[in-house]
Amino acid sequence: MTNKKIVIVGGGIAGMEAAASLSEHGYSITIIESKASLGGNVANWHKLFPTLRDSSEVIDYLTKRIDNPQIYTRTNSKVENITRTNGRFSVEVSGATLDADAVLVATGYDLFDSRRKEEFGYGIYDNVISSADLEQRFKTEKPITTANGSEPKRVAFIHCVGSRDEKAGNHYCSKVCCVTGVKQAIELRQRLPRTEIICFYIDLRMFGAGFEELYREAQEKWGIQFVRGRLSEAAENMDGSLQIKAEDTLSGRPLKMRTDLIVLLAGMEPSCGTVALGKNLGLEQRMGKFLQPKDEHFLSNKSSIEGLFVAGTCTGPMTINETITDARSAVVMIDEYLKK
Amino acid sequence: MKNFGFSVQPPRYIDIDNFDGRILMYVLQKEPSFNICMSCGCCTATCSASNILDFNIRKLGLLLRRGVSEELEKEINKCMLCGKCTLVCPRGINTRNVILNIKKALTKIDENEL
Repeated sequence: MTNKKIVIVGGGIAGMEAAASLSEHGYSITIIESKASLGGNVANWHKLFPTLRDSSEVIDYLTKRIDNPQIYTRTNSKVENITRTNGRFSVEVSGATLDADAVLVATGYDLFDSRRKEEFGYGIYDNVISSADLEQRFKTEKPITTANGSEPKRVAFIHCVGSRDEKAGNHYCSKVCCVTGVKQAIELRQRLPRTEIICFYIDLRMFGAGFEELYREAQEKWGIQFVRGRLSEAAENMDGSLQIKAEDTLSGRPLKMRTDLIVLLAGMEPSCGTVALGKNLGLEQRMGKFLQPKDEHFLSNKSSIEGLFVAGTCTGPMTINETITDARSAVVMIDEYLKK
Repeated sequence: MKNFGFSVQPPRYIDIDNFDGRILMYVLQKEPSFNICMSCGCCTATCSASNILDFNIRKLGLLLRRGVSEELEKEINKCMLCGKCTLVCPRGINTRNVILNIKKALTKIDENEL
């Protein structure tokens, strides 16, 4: 046992996993979470790629792991300032000040706000929804319908919304939306077997174990169609359906299509907390305002401030597996640092 | 000679080894953003000319980057320079300026300046 204290900023899956693992090393942990409950973005999702496992399984697993007297959680709390004097940190949180020997930043990501792509019509047309909206609809188990309650005959999934897009200020690839689109297309098809589903993509990046297989299953078993072309613009028809313009780049011809529902696969952006902390602490940033680790390959969980570590999607887009692995890797680095 | 009705067709392959890069190099110098196209097709999808004519600005640019510039002059004149392609480009390429400079390069070739 040790009396050393660690403050973890952010109670998503990275913060939870790191807390559980650090407590096993004998440290005392405080998790600071700005929302009312832990779990971060994963708690808003219904099922996970590529296995279609229920996201609550991940949250339940981590919740059990942090059920430990050495881990204290402060929800509805915001970090106002972090200062380092004589090798120790003072973390100001909603009126209180916490001492810490090390700080782990696990402030994660926010989903891109699709309203910023005005030409796609989110927030303007009723039948344009985001991938997060679709997960919420899956969760309620109500039938998936258009805004007027009818069964959609055709649904279009739009990849790269707010990713690889200079005009949205995000030139990077959010990397998990490709497989999320394929997963959601399959789930939608399972609920609506008569609905035609077409995905519009620039490149399909099926990099993870089981991702390519899921893509193949989408084609082979579920008859999902894929068009290589990015959505240029969407417009609403008189009856509330939508008109899509893209280029079918593989045939080299412009394509127009009527669809009843559009699902926008929103990308990842550094969360408000990630941006604020990065600015406040003067941390180096990359890919917009994600946090830059001290060394890309060897010190991926260290920041430019000694004793302050980073884990999870505050450094860039990651899958759940990667986030959990990254959190564990941060634990090793923090433990090495505190034992010095 | 007896005419059998056959003729020798020019090869269809893209000949990277005999790359005539004069137009490409000129355009890249004037508009370096032309390098970063990812062929998403937004420009062609929104193109005012593409909807009525056999004209594909993305493909034209791609062929130019491959050193293929046959019929470029005829093709490029289909563009009305409305600039919608520039508005929608997610990579922020000034496609309108690319087209303008292709036209300039073609003029310069005609006048033996390139």
